[in-house]
Amino acid sequence: MDEKELLKIQNIEMKLLIEAISLKYGYDYSDYTKSHLKRRLIRRMSLENYTSITQLTEKVLYDKDMFEQVFWDLSINVTEMFRFPKFFKDLREHVIPILKTYPTINIWHAGCSTGEEVLSTAILLEEEDLLNRTTIYATDINKKVLETAKEGIYSIDNIKKWTKNYQESGGVKSFSDYYTAKYDHVIFDSNLLENVTFLEHNLVTDQKFIDTNLIICRNVMIYFNVKLQRKVINLFEESLIPSGFLGIGSKESLNTSSTDSKFINVTTDTKIYKKHVGY
Amino acid sequence: MNKKAIVIGVSAGGIEALKIVLNKLRINMDYAIIIVIHINNKGRGLANIFGDINQFIVKEACDKENVSEGTIYFAPPNYHLSIEEDYTFSLSIEEKVNYSRPSVDVLFNSAAEVYMDDLVGIILTGANSDGEIGLKRVSELGGKCIVQDPKEAFFDTMPLAAIKSVENCKVIKLSEINKFINELGD
Ligand SMILES: C[S@@+](CC[C@H](N)C(=O)[O-])C[C@H]1O[C@@H](n2cnc3c(N)ncnc32)[C@H](O)[C@@H]1O
Repeated sequence: MDEKELLKIQNIEMKLLIEAISLKYGYDYSDYTKSHLKRRLIRRMSLENYTSITQLTEKVLYDKDMFEQVFWDLSINVTEMFRFPKFFKDLREHVIPILKTYPTINIWHAGCSTGEEVLSTAILLEEEDLLNRTTIYATDINKKVLETAKEGIYSIDNIKKWTKNYQESGGVKSFSDYYTAKYDHVIFDSNLLENVTFLEHNLVTDQKFIDTNLIICRNVMIYFNVKLQRKVINLFEESLIPSGFLGIGSKESLNTSSTDSKFINVTTDTKIYKKHVGY
Repeated sequence: MNKKAIVIGVSAGGIEALKIVLNKLRINMDYAIIIVIHINNKGRGLANIFGDINQFIVKEACDKENVSEGTIYFAPPNYHLSIEEDYTFSLSIEEKVNYSRPSVDVLFNSAAEVYMDDLVGIILTGANSDGEIGLKRVSELGGKCIVQDPKEAFFDTMPLAAIKSVENCKVIKLSEINKFINELGD
């Protein structure tokens, strides 16, 4: 059969697999970007030596372990401490002073993966003397990454990069003050996570669960199509108190030019927005 | 009329090569030009380097942005760039492919499946074999394939790998690639 015909069939098979996952396991990927889904599923198909997506679908339906595998494949967990340091610098300079005016503070990290980003925020809050009056809600669709996040233990391999990020983010101490190194691991100070609540939360289907001063959701919405992005942004808007802040990834966008946007950018090089009141 | 695009993959030695390929291109083109280059540059570096050498708009591709003809796009450093079926870009930060992010294969595979016959895939100088699989996909789905003459390339690994995987590709010099692109619309 010619390649174009095969491609058409493969695209049909993809839709059927996504539908099967949704019907059987309740996770709806239909509004994730197609190229991303396809790349991950085709990769899984060849790793398993299957010749078609349909074979993968059959396996996913009958074998929960294969579903878990595919679920893991689709959840891209790449993250780091103080990733894109300017973001944390801008948080420190533009958002923290305003948070300081509140007696108690709620922060929501949506799509927190293995927790490096949450620890980064906790360190920043600690240095600004805000940690003890803040509750951080750290959520992800993937239970397994939340388990890692709760531990706060990471491989030592990344520590050089993380230290550099920390310094560039305007950190005022020595990064090693926050962890102890043991063999090939670093263990972060458990006080940092004391006020953090880790929760499974799916941005596609789950509702608002908290009123919050600041939401950080970076590098999650790039995997969503525009329709789903809009829905998630509405959820964030609902969950933010008036004049609350939303921080997203440096390559993501809120399309603030559209007339119904409730957000204004408060920084120049980073995507930190404030929900405006009125209107 | 169908949408059309040119995708270019290039690695070590890429800036100099692109300066020749993109030099004085005409703007009345009905192609978008989308480029993956493996170098770690900061910010708008690439768009600045290439902004002056022709009349095209040169920019970094943004997530969910429409792919427009008459524009040259660069994949942002550290992100994979793909094309969606509605002719928009999408970015991803998953692990490296062929030790590269952005990866030429990721761009070429996704572009091939969307543009099919209306795509030109071009592989230039480079010291790894990223692009080999992607160029094959371009060819399978009806696109035209061009590879820089390895004899002229700064590093010949990438062109040689591409030529091996796509037997009927056109192997020409940088200046001829430039001419080829200019004559595409005629
Ligand atoms: C690339 S990581 C981003 C980690 C961190 N925010 C950062 O920028 O470094 C993306 C995370 O989003 C999570 N995710 C994907 N879809 C989700 C959904 N529907 N709801 C909640 N989290 C989701 C994934 O499990 C993954 O941990």
